[in-house]
Amino acid sequence: MQYTEIMVRYGELSTKGRNKKSFIDRLGTNVRHALHQFDQVKVHAQQDRLHVQLNGADYDQVMKQLKNVFGIQTFSPSIKVAKDFAAVAKAAEEMVEEQVDHPITFKIETRRSDHHFPIDTFEMNDKLGGDLLHKFPDKLKVDVHHPDLTIRVEIRLNGIFLSSETIKGAGGLPVGTAGKGMMMLSGGIDSPVAAYLGMKRGVSMEMVHFFSPPYTSPQALAKAKQLTEKLAKYCGHIKFIQVPFTEIQETVKEKVPEGYLMTIQRRMMLRLATALMEKRHGLAIFNGESLGQVASQTMESMLAIEDVTNYPVLRPVLSFDKAEIIKIAEDIDTYDLSILPYEDCCTVFTPPSPKTKPSVKKARKYEQHLDIDGLIQRSLDGVKITDIHPGEDFLNQNEDVFAELL
Amino acid sequence: MIYFDNSATTKISPEVLATYDTVSQKIWGNPSSLHNFGEEAWNLLEQARQQVAKLFGVKASEIIFTSGGSEGDNWVIKGTAFAKRRFGKHIITTAVEHAAVRNSMAQLEELGFNVTYLPVDSEGRINPADVKAALRPDTILVSIMAVNNEIGTVQPIKEVGEILKDYPNVHYMVDAVQAIGKGLDSAIFSDRVDFATFSGHKFHAPRGTGFVYMKSGRKIAPLISGGGQERTLRSGTENTPGDVAMARAIRLVKENEQRAVQQEQAIKERIYDHLKKFDHVKIFSGRDQGFAPHILCFAIVGVRGETIVHAFEEQGIYISTTSACSSKKHAEAGTLAAMKAPENEATSAVRISLGDQNTIEEADKFNQVFDNLYAGFKKIID
Repeated sequence: MQYTEIMVRYGELSTKGRNKKSFIDRLGTNVRHALHQFDQVKVHAQQDRLHVQLNGADYDQVMKQLKNVFGIQTFSPSIKVAKDFAAVAKAAEEMVEEQVDHPITFKIETRRSDHHFPIDTFEMNDKLGGDLLHKFPDKLKVDVHHPDLTIRVEIRLNGIFLSSETIKGAGGLPVGTAGKGMMMLSGGIDSPVAAYLGMKRGVSMEMVHFFSPPYTSPQALAKAKQLTEKLAKYCGHIKFIQVPFTEIQETVKEKVPEGYLMTIQRRMMLRLATALMEKRHGLAIFNGESLGQVASQTMESMLAIEDVTNYPVLRPVLSFDKAEIIKIAEDIDTYDLSILPYEDCCTVFTPPSPKTKPSVKKARKYEQHLDIDGLIQRSLDGVKITDIHPGEDFLNQNEDVFAELL
Repeated sequence: MIYFDNSATTKISPEVLATYDTVSQKIWGNPSSLHNFGEEAWNLLEQARQQVAKLFGVKASEIIFTSGGSEGDNWVIKGTAFAKRRFGKHIITTAVEHAAVRNSMAQLEELGFNVTYLPVDSEGRINPADVKAALRPDTILVSIMAVNNEIGTVQPIKEVGEILKDYPNVHYMVDAVQAIGKGLDSAIFSDRVDFATFSGHKFHAPRGTGFVYMKSGRKIAPLISGGGQERTLRSGTENTPGDVAMARAIRLVKENEQRAVQQEQAIKERIYDHLKKFDHVKIFSGRDQGFAPHILCFAIVGVRGETIVHAFEEQGIYISTTSACSSKKHAEAGTLAAMKAPENEATSAVRISLGDQNTIEEADKFNQVFDNLYAGFKKIID
């Protein structure tokens, strides 16, 4: 069946009072961005629905892209027909022909916004239902309460639209409506999931990745970029901020007692993230910590680390079990990348027994021996920012050359 | 020369050989090395794996490279037996499997496993109902070949899969060595199949290459333990040039599949229709969709198979007795015996197996040569 448009239903944002218009505008922009490769597609974001006019574009491909856009509750591929009953009946018959191969129950659900159309809602349900029953006596039975198939008919000013499938969207809120966040992306399983969940609540995320050559490998950096690429499909593109961390890690290792190595390293990371936030107008720092998962992820530790920033530190996977996090990582296709065995800056210089209950007082005391401002400034001077788009390959730079061998 | 023995092996294609050569000379690092020279080889190997997966519509993590069909068969069968022996020791297979399956089963029988060998009908095909009847609470594996290597019979892989949907714990393995590039993927990769084994040299890839499809979530023990390559499932330094060359060969075979299947079917029919005119010829393979397009097994009853092979060879045409792997052992053909073919027919059986390079002109030439040879043999038969 050649569908003519996809009708998109909003999620929670329909209930958001006076912010509604800006939410809808943002969703429209995000949908246009997600569908930019389809030149002929037109997107109309209206009060109650968003309509994607296909103009001949492949609807399977378009729907695949739509599934990644947050703020969409459901969508339905629809077909537009002329405003007369015969055309409606013909399209509905085609739908049944195509989608029904064994006996099922069905109902017709009509909405009429064009009240000048001579057939009203009730009459349309009745007439079209009767027509289909007559046409497919062996396949169809009416059940208005729990039908297997619902054929929706919308009578609008510019035509009549029929649809029968309702596909679940990504849910959440349109990316960008909640402001900008800085994600501390290590390369493990948790932080990409946390980034995804933050984005799902409307946050426009920038990735902050600390790297410490030669203690961390070029592959570890490439892996973090690849993870960012995986997440870019939910928002078009993501800024990847790589922050050099070697000097800080070496200095901390040299001057700080072993039990506080990790706490002080994390405090330095948070200082850097805070500095980047101020410069780039972010509102909150995000990380992938889950309570009690490892030594650094106790509440005492969080308190000792957060001491260095005034910004909220948000932890979308705080209360998740590891298995729950892995499930999401698999769904968003980051798991296989995350388990690649490259050391990141969180795993080098890990003390054998880090303090699980560090104190703010001691952390401050041990830092007195460090030239904090100098370390931070030199690191910030070395920051490099890349814009990462879906489809880019960082782990295998030779892909095109290799393709000729294959 | 007319080469009609493509089920025994195929000639490596020049493009595939060029890949093998380039990779051997330029990207020869060990994929497990940490430095970027090793990393490069790793990336290439993984790209090859992704290509193979994509061509069959499966996930890259479901493709494991091996040394060929025999290794794949041995691994899945014994690996299942090792991994699942605590849950049961019963295995179901058919009476017409390749020796790699048959002899793996025989080894397991010596170790105390029970094996049910399903009978076949006169076309060499099992009855799915027999699978259902043979299933027991302690069944751990069902192993069925997709295409019989001697007769070309296509087995009811999908129907057996339907039955096994009610037995989710049983591993379902398909020996697909003879099925690649023959238009049969949708049957082999049907959703209930857990494992499928493939061999590279049957489709113009180098010897010593192959792969196993292993569905996500299924676990078997490794047969080759060591440095943990192939995600610890199959150790041994990766055969990067071989695997990459094979990935290219698969692409070529898939691109050419539709044309090749039509062509092979046309050649087979041309010869089939000719052979059936002769009184003393018995044709075992069918001409319909129940048989693969590339295999035609027949007998000039009363003349030994090897005599027929040598007679054609003198005329520059290469065919085989029923299976190259067993053809030197003077054993009566396993599949034909299972089909209950009379002994005099079975010992006279020969196999033509076609490849994508064969032409319809070669079929006509074959038929001509056949006429001459038949006239000569007729004297000793009558």
